[in-house]
Amino acid sequence: MYSEILLDHFRNPRNMGRMEDADGVGKVGNPACGDVMYVYIKVGKNEKGKEYIKDISFETFGCAAAIGTSSMVTELAKGKNFEEAENISKSEVADAVGGLPRRKMHCSLLASDGLKAAIEDYRKKQTEKGE
Amino acid sequence: MKRVYLDYASTTPTDERVVEAMKPYFSEKFGNPTSFYSFAQEAKEAVDKARTEVAGLINAKPDEIIFTSSGTEACNLAVKGTAFRNKNKGKHIIASSVEHFAVLESLKWLEKHGFEITYLPCDKSGIVKPEAIEESIRDDTILISVMHANNEIGTLEPIKEMAEIAEEKDITFFSDACISNGLVDIDVEELGVDLLALSAHKMYGPKGIGALFIAKGTGIEPLIHGGGQERRLRSGTENVPSIVGFGKAADIAKKEMKSYVLGMEILRNYLIEKVLRIESTKLNGHPEKRLPNNANFNFAFIEGEGLILELDFSGISASTGSACSSPTLEPSHVLTSIGLPHEEVHGSLRITLGRETKKEEIDYLIDNLPGTVERLRRISPFKGGFDDYVKGTEWKGGHKHV
Ligand code: FES
Repeated sequence: MYSEILLDHFRNPRNMGRMEDADGVGKVGNPACGDVMYVYIKVGKNEKGKEYIKDISFETFGCAAAIGTSSMVTELAKGKNFEEAENISKSEVADAVGGLPRRKMHCSLLASDGLKAAIEDYRKKQTEKGE
Repeated sequence: MKRVYLDYASTTPTDERVVEAMKPYFSEKFGNPTSFYSFAQEAKEAVDKARTEVAGLINAKPDEIIFTSSGTEACNLAVKGTAFRNKNKGKHIIASSVEHFAVLESLKWLEKHGFEITYLPCDKSGIVKPEAIEESIRDDTILISVMHANNEIGTLEPIKEMAEIAEEKDITFFSDACISNGLVDIDVEELGVDLLALSAHKMYGPKGIGALFIAKGTGIEPLIHGGGQERRLRSGTENVPSIVGFGKAADIAKKEMKSYVLGMEILRNYLIEKVLRIESTKLNGHPEKRLPNNANFNFAFIEGEGLILELDFSGISASTGSACSSPTLEPSHVLTSIGLPHEEVHGSLRITLGRETKKEEIDYLIDNLPGTVERLRRISPFKGGFDDYVKGTEWKGGHKHV
């Protein structure tokens, strides 16, 4: 049912765990309908002064596809600037794990949404700081 | 790789003795039991013998047993057959909310055809209260359906009390015993049920064969029409080898049940005791009133499909009621009916033992489980509880099971 890549990410998740000093945290899903993902990001600035994802980690409460795609999305996003990271779509994540069964496509949406939510949270905190 | 099968509620292997009994009826004694000539008599006699054996398992009379293609068909026949036979008497049916899909989906279909269904709630151990039946009975109630034991959490229902109520009001009472046959003594006289469904492959018989007990005097309409086999209630040439196999399996179960059930129960209790030592773990279902081979656990903060997959990597086969693992992405209706919130249903694990399950197999599971649960909990954002996270958070994203 699952590809080798997905199973590998499920069994050996990359960038897994809570990040205590995160600059942004994205919480998506809902325990009441089952699945939840937290994405933590640490933001850096590149030579041009542009913000990028310096470090990233996740925690996921969900099926193997949700855990595997969470892990994959952190790999895809690491080192990317915001624009690039926000453009990572659910199908890109699904492709990266070697495809998903149809009824598991929504799990990859959780992963791409989680990433976007973390960036959004970072921006919100920045504006709050600015005020 | 080591293989430890612990999903006997899903299906059982066919007993070697059953396979042996079936063999002659494929190519050698292949006659059609309906035919008149003597060659076919062998097949007919074999079917009769099997009918007696299946009847013997539940203390019924042979002519009260109708063979069907599965337990599911037996449930369909019981529910729809009763509804259609009595549709002029009434359109109201009462059923427990924890019935198997074979019953629930039949009821849903009947609803589309003008029948009204009242679903009975159950308590948090899965027991349907007989009083609830009394309250739900109407003048036009024609059928009450409550399963003998629950397939997910193993809870045994107070069938006798409920059947008595039905009897008083002259309402047909059906009980699905597909999951309990071969595990619990079933005596239809003692229980007082009018209809009872059985399934062979749950008790070391072949797949693709079931039976419906229909007490004398209980009228039902057939669903499959044709040559008039099975007292016109289930047409179609008899599946002789499978019927023979079912008979043999019933005979073995009757003779050996006492001894194997005892061993199963001891081993199952040992499993429960050990597994409950894992932190934030609960047992679903009733502590005592449950099938002797069933254990259903609930591990907080993790999801069952991942758990099943992890166990599968270690060669262990088990099942879960998690929404993520179901084809419809719906959480188990049984676990939600006993009051578990969705996030708790997520972490359910059903272990069901078989006759040949050994202590070393249970120990293998016990050795594997804590580490597996621990690993998944490390991945989960919920470490100490759901509440603090759930309450203070504004959830984003539209991830919903549809
Ligand atoms: S998280 Fe529920 S199906 Fe993937």
